[in-house]
Amino acid sequence: MAVFVLKRLASLLASLLFASLAIFLVLEVLPGDPAAFMLGLNAAPDTVAALREQLGLTAPLPQRYFGWLAGMTVGDFGISYTYRVPVSDLIGARVQVSVPLAAYALTLSTLIAIPVGAIAASARNTPLDAGIMGMTQLGVALPNFWFAMLLVLVFSVGLRWFSAGGFPGWDDPFAAMRALTLPAVALALPQAAILARVMRSSLLDTLDQEYMRTARAKGLSQGQALRRHALRNALIPVLTIMGLQFSFLLAGAIIIENVFFLPGLGRLVFQAISARDLVVVRSVVMLLVFAVVTVNFLVDFTYALVDPRLRRPVS
Amino acid sequence: MLAALWAIPALAQRTDIVVGLVLEPPHLDPTAGAAAAIDEVGYANIFEGLTRFGPDGAILPALARSWDISEDGLTYTFHLHEGVSFHDGTPFTANDVAFSFTRAMAEDSVNAQKGLFEPIASVEAADDLTAVVTLDYPYGNLPFNLAWGDAVIVSSQTAQTNTTSPVGTGPFRFVRWTQGDSIVIERNPDYWGEPARLERATFRFIDDPSAAFAAMMAEDVDTFPIYPAPETLAILDADPRFVAVIGSTEGETILAMNNRRAPLDNILVRQAITHAIDRQALIEGAMFGYGTPIGTHFAPHHPAYVDLTGLSAYDPDRSRALLEEAGVGPITLALALPPPPTYARRGGELIAAQLRAVGIDTRIVNMEWSQWLEQVFSGKDFDLTVISHTEPMDIEIYGREDYYFGYGAPQFQAIMEELNLSVDPDRRTELLQAAQRDIAENYVNAYLFQLAKTAIQHVDIEGLWANAPTQATDLTAVYWR
Repeated sequence: MAVFVLKRLASLLASLLFASLAIFLVLEVLPGDPAAFMLGLNAAPDTVAALREQLGLTAPLPQRYFGWLAGMTVGDFGISYTYRVPVSDLIGARVQVSVPLAAYALTLSTLIAIPVGAIAASARNTPLDAGIMGMTQLGVALPNFWFAMLLVLVFSVGLRWFSAGGFPGWDDPFAAMRALTLPAVALALPQAAILARVMRSSLLDTLDQEYMRTARAKGLSQGQALRRHALRNALIPVLTIMGLQFSFLLAGAIIIENVFFLPGLGRLVFQAISARDLVVVRSVVMLLVFAVVTVNFLVDFTYALVDPRLRRPVS
Repeated sequence: MLAALWAIPALAQRTDIVVGLVLEPPHLDPTAGAAAAIDEVGYANIFEGLTRFGPDGAILPALARSWDISEDGLTYTFHLHEGVSFHDGTPFTANDVAFSFTRAMAEDSVNAQKGLFEPIASVEAADDLTAVVTLDYPYGNLPFNLAWGDAVIVSSQTAQTNTTSPVGTGPFRFVRWTQGDSIVIERNPDYWGEPARLERATFRFIDDPSAAFAAMMAEDVDTFPIYPAPETLAILDADPRFVAVIGSTEGETILAMNNRRAPLDNILVRQAITHAIDRQALIEGAMFGYGTPIGTHFAPHHPAYVDLTGLSAYDPDRSRALLEEAGVGPITLALALPPPPTYARRGGELIAAQLRAVGIDTRIVNMEWSQWLEQVFSGKDFDLTVISHTEPMDIEIYGREDYYFGYGAPQFQAIMEELNLSVDPDRRTELLQAAQRDIAENYVNAYLFQLAKTAIQHVDIEGLWANAPTQATDLTAVYWR
């Protein structure tokens, strides 16, 4: 087990280092000068030069790359060009929206998908199964931003149950959760549809296994066998998808954050790209890479817990 | 007791407002950035200058009570208001004026409109309430220059931290900025002038057009001074809760042409392009009918404006004839389009179609702002581009030889030189009109339309600006009926 963990950790570090170099270089070759962007159409060239100097854009490339790496190891991501505050503060504030939103959406989608998938599997080839599969097909096809707009029209504009967007902060946890509810539902439903389909097919695979026949032969009912033996074995593909989905929900909520004007990471990086706030862009992208790699690491680790066979080295 | 009596009628009224802004300011220091959103939050609310723009664009006294101009036009003496203090309690004196202007003029200044201070030789405090500005040459327009957001007075104590916690002398003081979401300001109880009627104002940042619509409909936001979705403006206007207010801005939208580059260095080609454009179709198609046609680079609501749209009237036959006369053969031009606000992308596609009708092919290149600034604006590597110049009274850019469209003709520069030196209003008007004619007759650019200010607001709100003589959300006189 220790070897397994160490190997995974080494590959995690290598991925991060490679990603940091790629991110840094790609952003360097992108056209666009943050100083010119900030000063607009009437600025004199010497004013732009003065601002470049002030922003530290004149230092050589390797110096800036290693400075950035060294800073990150101690949690210092630099100072945002446009906001003029430490990037870590910006990220810190945005993570408080994005992580709870992703977690909320993932919880919702899991709570919906696992029972729905299990019901469909146990009612295989009945009209109920066909109905559920039809619904999930629709769910997969539904663009989440369109669904989000629909939710706003019904629940904010029509019924006035929720505000149309924005985030009041965590001072009032109830209001904060309320503000995240519509975005979480909009994010969760399409994900739930995918997850339910995976759950169903994975359960169906295990239902055909011989140990299931044995369990039924011991006298367990269909339902008992499903809960005690099939579910745990069916979880590996579901976990894989959930790991991918969490990363997607964290990094991919840009559009939903725009629809609900939420101050999350996605909107931060979106605004930073158009303002050429490269310090913010590369730090947020790096953080997202870190999150994705870490989640994958944890998922691998969970496989090993769920299925002891995966811990053994391949001979 | 008296205070308690006064408070009673106020209970029925709302004393807070939620203002929707499309873009979030990058920071809040108006003396260190060009982003319109900085002034949309702070101008006249948090920060004040010696003078200010009124709702109609007139120059009004602000921190300066009055001013005298010396006979030779070289010395302005500003008499300041008494008993003014910054939000941190520091008293405001003429030394702050000297500090602010000297800082903006300095070698390492990052003021986006450093040019405003160009005529100034020195600024001194004669006493606490008298600031003396000495000029290098007579310059009649100084009070106008000092009304810009970039010329507000800051305290030397807080100049460095204004980016994140702005401290000014205005009727509102900064409370909190939740980055990505909102900025809150509240009434300054120690304000030197007429106190604000609102107790609190929240600026929320919503750039998505459908989110803006939903936020109005759900009454999360009370007004959008610049509503980002003209396509739904009529729906909101029809709702009895809201009213749309269409005003004018300082934004001249032009099809800029690279005057340095063949075939656009040929005046016949440029003229042909202007005759190919149907301004009304553009306003209808790209701006949902909001906008005023212009024939030169000047705001139509300005008293000195001359209507020169006739010089470049829509006439495709004329356009084809001019191209033939120019003898340039088939032309293909690159058309660079900056991102939303939508005028450029939507307008650009219509312009491309109109140009094709007279035999000019275009290659549309969509760009982000940073890319546009680097390639088109600084690099001057473009043929055509659609852009709105939103600075007030910026016709002087045509005198700059190194400006991106590259005009700077000697006769135009001579007009500008004389304009800078004249103080007489009538002569100034004549010169401004001569300048407008010169750039229209030389077909420097194709002048399309003046951007409209399309605002949507709750019917019970009074006191918001209808027009936008400068980019600002002046809340000083706003109240709920």
